[in-house]
Amino acid sequence: MNELQIRKIVAGYDGAPVLSGVSFNVSHGELAAVLGPSGSGKSTLLRVIAGLVRPLEGAVVLDGHVLSGPRVNVAPEKRSVALVPQDAALFPHLDVLANASFGLPRAERGGARARDLLEMVGMSDLAHRMPGELSGGERHRVALARALATDPQVVLLDEPFSALDAALRIELRAQVKRVLCNAGVTALLVTHDQEEALSMADVVAVVDGGRLVQVGTPVQIYASPSSRWLAKFVGGAMVIPGIWRRGIVAGPLGTVPARLADGELALDGDSVDLVVRPEQLQVSKLSQNSTSGVVAMVREVSYFGHDSVVVLDVPGWAEPIEARVIGDHRWERDTEVHVNVMSEAIAFAASP
Amino acid sequence: MTLTRTDSGGEASLAPRVRVPAIRGRTLIAASAVIAALLAAIPLAYLVVRVAEADRSAVVDAMWRPRTLELLLNTSGLVLSVSATCLVIGVATAWVLTRTDLRGRGVWLVVSTLPLAIPSYVAAFGWIATTPLRGFWGAWLVLTFCNIPLVTLPTIAALRQAHPGAEDVARTMGRGPLAAFMAATWPQIRPAAIAGTLLVALYVLSDFGAVALMRFQAFTWAIHTAYGALFDRTLAAVLSVVLALMGILLVMLERRARGARAKLGSAVQARTPAVLVRLRRRSWLAHAGLAAVASLSLGVPLAALGRFLTGRAESAFTVSAGDLAADVWNTVAFAGGGALIALALAMPIGILSARHRSRLSEATESASYLGLALPGIVVGLALVFFSLTVVPSLYQSAIILAFAYGVLFLPKAVGAVRSSIEQVEPGLEEVARTLGSSPADVWRRVTVRMAWPGIGAGVLLVALTAMKELPATLLLRPTGVDTLATSLWRYTEASAYGAAAPYAAMLIVVAAVPAILLTREATGGAHRGPQEHPGRVSP
Repeated sequence: MNELQIRKIVAGYDGAPVLSGVSFNVSHGELAAVLGPSGSGKSTLLRVIAGLVRPLEGAVVLDGHVLSGPRVNVAPEKRSVALVPQDAALFPHLDVLANASFGLPRAERGGARARDLLEMVGMSDLAHRMPGELSGGERHRVALARALATDPQVVLLDEPFSALDAALRIELRAQVKRVLCNAGVTALLVTHDQEEALSMADVVAVVDGGRLVQVGTPVQIYASPSSRWLAKFVGGAMVIPGIWRRGIVAGPLGTVPARLADGELALDGDSVDLVVRPEQLQVSKLSQNSTSGVVAMVREVSYFGHDSVVVLDVPGWAEPIEARVIGDHRWERDTEVHVNVMSEAIAFAASP
Repeated sequence: MTLTRTDSGGEASLAPRVRVPAIRGRTLIAASAVIAALLAAIPLAYLVVRVAEADRSAVVDAMWRPRTLELLLNTSGLVLSVSATCLVIGVATAWVLTRTDLRGRGVWLVVSTLPLAIPSYVAAFGWIATTPLRGFWGAWLVLTFCNIPLVTLPTIAALRQAHPGAEDVARTMGRGPLAAFMAATWPQIRPAAIAGTLLVALYVLSDFGAVALMRFQAFTWAIHTAYGALFDRTLAAVLSVVLALMGILLVMLERRARGARAKLGSAVQARTPAVLVRLRRRSWLAHAGLAAVASLSLGVPLAALGRFLTGRAESAFTVSAGDLAADVWNTVAFAGGGALIALALAMPIGILSARHRSRLSEATESASYLGLALPGIVVGLALVFFSLTVVPSLYQSAIILAFAYGVLFLPKAVGAVRSSIEQVEPGLEEVARTLGSSPADVWRRVTVRMAWPGIGAGVLLVALTAMKELPATLLLRPTGVDTLATSLWRYTEASAYGAAAPYAAMLIVVAAVPAILLTREATGGAHRGPQEHPGRVSP
């Protein structure tokens, strides 16, 4: 029973529902990510759990205690649910130590517990700085220490890294994950960054348009997406039509080994939508002879150093095909290449 | 490095089923705001009641006699001529100080804003004590040269934000310097200049001290005479209602101009600094013009003051240090009380409009602007009527005088409360809630802690401004008690200029602080935004 349960939450502002029936559970000590595009309602979900927005329907239950429900709405300060906002929201009139101590009883403010937490997030040297004198990453670390100081049962993180530059973001992600893990606290991270969700979380809940799309481990979300939309949203998959025949799909990319997505049915000869990710494609020189795959024209090449994205035109399909390739070979524009799918793709029955 | 979890085994009482009490707090604030707005509306409401209750034929007589028309023409003529002069001189000054290579522009900027520190009746005292100037031209001169900075300052701020590129483009398309300015730059600074001019118009309309000392038959002085000398209360009330309507009209125009200015300010960004016009040998013309304005606005009043302060006391009236100290104490006490009343009225209105925007908050905020629209003499008279009929025990008491100050300077206090509270982001309050603070604790530990410096400065500003107030103080002060302003008034009326001089000097010191604040606010406009309201300068 040691878990946070989100049960069929319906919430909105001024009558327009932002969330329409979202449910999932987070086990004790787990880090869960709520992933969704902007405007999907994920921040509203966080505010519902924090008690800052009262849901119209549904319930939030923590370890068997109802926090929000039809007849119950525990005030935010009584929930033991701490929040790390997007902009850190440090109190500008208090120094780092006083910020970290904010949630403690008066006698303990500025004491050992706040100092321990600052030590843990690596901010003990700057204990007497004012928030205005801190960098973005430092502010978030103080905000995390402040949230943990109250010894909450749940910590909510609202896009905590979105305002930081790439290098800092990666460093801080690892640090925050370690701190949360050491603290043994249940955490819920809201993000629109799939990399962040997949790399940090134990459980990922994908939300779109106020509805839950899929819950699962990062591997499940990536490898077995429940819909075409999710495959496109997480991992930038392409959806290409084809004909299903005994584990093989024939289409613009030639004959591709595939499996049907969960809950999908197809008979031999049925049209299906094939979901292929850019890293599943292999690009090779024309001269090499190959049994599967097709000839394509290189339309554009984006070079990233560690890898490149090659945009291809294939006959019989109007949309561009993207292939993520590793290796030193420089692909030239307007040359013909051979492209084939290296691993098993996922097929969805074509919508009638 | 592990986190030592304090044992939370006894935290089973996690969910004491308490409902969020925010709704109750909001209702309380809304109710207080409505009460504050009603209190602020007492002067206008009671004036209307007084006129409605009066004998119908007396009202009609007061309205339609030729003298009312004459007063209307006098006041309108004064308002229009002063506003027009201020607009021209103010824009010209602003242009010279921002767009030319004139030497000593920094010094001239300070000099040209200093007149804000001289209350209009102090300037009038300087002129009548040393020159034979009286009547329309006297009032025109004093009020014009006191109020020019009200146009100069916002225009300078607008010029600094205005895009100079458009003017360059106009020049390349074959327009001369002046034509290019009118076609490209003037439209960008017009809203600011017009808003400043409307503020000038409002102050001229409500000015009592300067027109009365100059013996110019304007509405305010006529109201004072009708009440004080003729004992014709219906006439005074009718004239007050007409004046109040003119004030409300001007405030509405000013609000509209301000809105247009805010729209423009956000769209236009100066990317390249303007190329300064090289004055070369014409610079002495600019120096001469600025010096002429400064000598009329500052030179004459200060010279008169210096002469009477250092010269021998020439009359039977001498001012002892004790008298002066007593008046200072009265002034501070009344103004301080007024500032506290303004704060008490402003808190609910300001909180409501900062945190819970709605029709109700807009209505209560509009009611608070009555203080800006109603001239001091109107508020004073209305509260005389009100206290005489409704609460006779308060007639000519310190409480009713402080209340008048509270109503008159409420807009300033509401502005301070609202902007200070708005500065506290709601996100901070929410975080504090999730960290275990109740709404009352959040208010105490976060909101108030962050907002109080701004609110405190606003209260101080109200107190300093109230210290210079003249017309309402004359009507409402307890019998035999004087303030700096009323003593200056009494001695000047009696032509005892030597006795009046120390009071004039004290009042300039008092007025200097709000003037400096206003200057910083207006010329630093880019940081503070155009929504900050300039102080009420002349009483």
